[in-house]
Amino acid sequence: MWPHLLGLIVKEFLAVLKDKKSRVVLIGPPIIQVLVFGYAATYDLSHVPFAVYNEDPGPLSRDVVAAFHGSANFQEVAQITHDEQIVPLIDRKEALMLLHIGPHFSRDLVLGRPALVQVIVDGRNSNTAALTLTYVRTIADRFNSQWGDRHGQFTPPARLDIRAWFNPNLESRWFIVPGIVALLTLLVTMLVTALSVAREREQGTFDQLLVTPLRPVEILLGKAIPGFLIGLVEASAIILVARWWFHVPLRGSVLTLYMGVALFLLAAVGVGLMISALATTQQQGLLGAFLFMVPAIILSGFATPLANMPPLVQHLTLINPMRYFMVVLRGVFLENAPLELLLDQFWPMAIIGVSTLAAASWLFRHRMH
Amino acid sequence: MRLRGLVRKEFLQILRDPSSLAIAFVMPVALLLLFGYGISLDAEHVPLALVVEHPSAETASLTGAFQQSRYFDPVLLSDMRTATHALALHQVHGIVRLREDFARHLWGAGEAPIQLIVNGVDANNARLIEGYVEGVWATWVDHQARERGAAPRRAVQLQTQVWFNSELRSRDYLVPGLIAVIMTLIGALLTAMIVAREWERGTMEALMVTPVAVREVLLGKLIPYFVLGMGGMALSVAMAVWLFDVPLRGSLAILFAAAALFLLVALGMGLLISIVARNQFVAGQIAIIVTFLPAFILSGFIFDIGSMPAVVQALTHLIAARYFVAILQTVFLAGDVWAVIVPNALALMLMAGIFLGLSRFRFRKRLD
Repeated sequence: MWPHLLGLIVKEFLAVLKDKKSRVVLIGPPIIQVLVFGYAATYDLSHVPFAVYNEDPGPLSRDVVAAFHGSANFQEVAQITHDEQIVPLIDRKEALMLLHIGPHFSRDLVLGRPALVQVIVDGRNSNTAALTLTYVRTIADRFNSQWGDRHGQFTPPARLDIRAWFNPNLESRWFIVPGIVALLTLLVTMLVTALSVAREREQGTFDQLLVTPLRPVEILLGKAIPGFLIGLVEASAIILVARWWFHVPLRGSVLTLYMGVALFLLAAVGVGLMISALATTQQQGLLGAFLFMVPAIILSGFATPLANMPPLVQHLTLINPMRYFMVVLRGVFLENAPLELLLDQFWPMAIIGVSTLAAASWLFRHRMH
Repeated sequence: MRLRGLVRKEFLQILRDPSSLAIAFVMPVALLLLFGYGISLDAEHVPLALVVEHPSAETASLTGAFQQSRYFDPVLLSDMRTATHALALHQVHGIVRLREDFARHLWGAGEAPIQLIVNGVDANNARLIEGYVEGVWATWVDHQARERGAAPRRAVQLQTQVWFNSELRSRDYLVPGLIAVIMTLIGALLTAMIVAREWERGTMEALMVTPVAVREVLLGKLIPYFVLGMGGMALSVAMAVWLFDVPLRGSLAILFAAAALFLLVALGMGLLISIVARNQFVAGQIAIIVTFLPAFILSGFIFDIGSMPAVVQALTHLIAARYFVAILQTVFLAGDVWAVIVPNALALMLMAGIFLGLSRFRFRKRLD
């Protein structure tokens, strides 16, 4: 069995790697993508461009503006002097936030009356807007408590002590970059497997393969192992980039991580081969890969939490192997999750992998044209 | 006349092979349905552990406040050990700990009476949870202070207004962007595979020996898929407005003009890929790599371009979806803001010109 199988595996590798364009496509883009996406995919906000509309002649309003200048989260881009300037400024996205201080601000503040500051935020990106409002409130609270201290006014002393575990500075890169491991591993594995059988079907060589003395399980292994190995190399390369280039802490055990990688690859290869076995043309294979991959990525918890989805969609994600791998990656990287906590993520991937591989093997023989 | 024949032939082919009809009409509906509901950044009913170490009237009142908030589904626990275990198992996303001497520390200057621990892995979500907890806490403290007759004084009071999306519904900003992501997929898929297939089967060469001009061949390919793509676009806009209740404040005409430009870019890109690759295998691989993930991550659809490092920001200028997302988000939520529409439309025009021009150039060279 082994020499046959080895021959088949070598042939599969050659099929993928002998075409120069195909080789370039498999190696170049993932490396570039992990770097670009690692930097691009962030929810963190810095240097929010804001404009100041200060009608107050007093020095106190300047203290408020200075509090915003002192924050790394904000960057002043404009000063305006008329009401009519507000709409175009926000509409044209010249500033994300406008700080409007009325003419009586200093007077009200000194007299102990409520000193109003109007804050207008561009809500076209609701997430950025919500974050900007949080930053604005933090600055206002700090200003108020300093003012209260200096003027002996009563401010509520009751404080809230906040800690974030596993990611103390709440860097979204620590969340996103481990996710990219899953993203690109899936992409490359699907590229290698989803078209492999379909292409042979279209060219007629698959029928030839079926009449050789190779047993179905050998054909399956011969098709699966190259995809698995290429995926493994890809995943390892990205894990290295995550750890050593982006400095995401890898707190858990590498062995546990690789158990997750192996099970995820099993599932990804299985799905890819099943799609490929179902497809009669390469076009269908590609379409199938796309139709699996796009929802698998978007509904994996990579960018938006699964918990925010309606229950029906959450149930749908149960058949998505990437959803489990995301938990494993983030668990091992950041939470130092022990093996037994991740078992609930491991077995669904194993089931998906085994059942899709079995289906693919069955389809090899029974879907003839 | 010849062109009409070609277009007719292409339409017939589309009708006979339903897969391109499926790409153009079924895919946008299915994807928009799935993602419109599936992608949300609004955390509600966050499972939260409330650890009350020493119950009192004050703690009961505070836990009541948490129970009434629509943001939280609190679980009452009595010790930190159970709570941290639940956090490790992801059963709760955060722990609010009311210390043993909560009532005594409440108005004192010393230690904080209340502690919040969030699971920071999902940093963005953690930050939202922090904000919600702070909101509940601040409202409660103010209320308590007022009952004690010590009305809290805030020197500076903020009056916040969020324009275009006052309730901060993430769906209102994500659904318009999704249209761009989905149209990218459809445009590239439609052309990338279909033209590559003709090369592989040799029917393209057969077409070459006829007196049909290169321009006509390309137009014959483009026009039918353009019509299909615009149909898919119309479906997506209808769903965004009627199903997802995203307000459409700008004009439909501008939206469709921008969509037409964008579709030209997407189809042009697909055409170029299939001409360069010449076989379906590589065309398919390239289409997957250059369309979906860049449109998803680098377009500003979900991740704010302004927050990216300068080099990456510069790179996003190569992604056509970026311009379309900007137009979509503005026309849907803010209205016809020419200062946003014109530069982005010009960029799309330029990209369409480059892709279609390159396609034509490469196509001719291959003929020799």
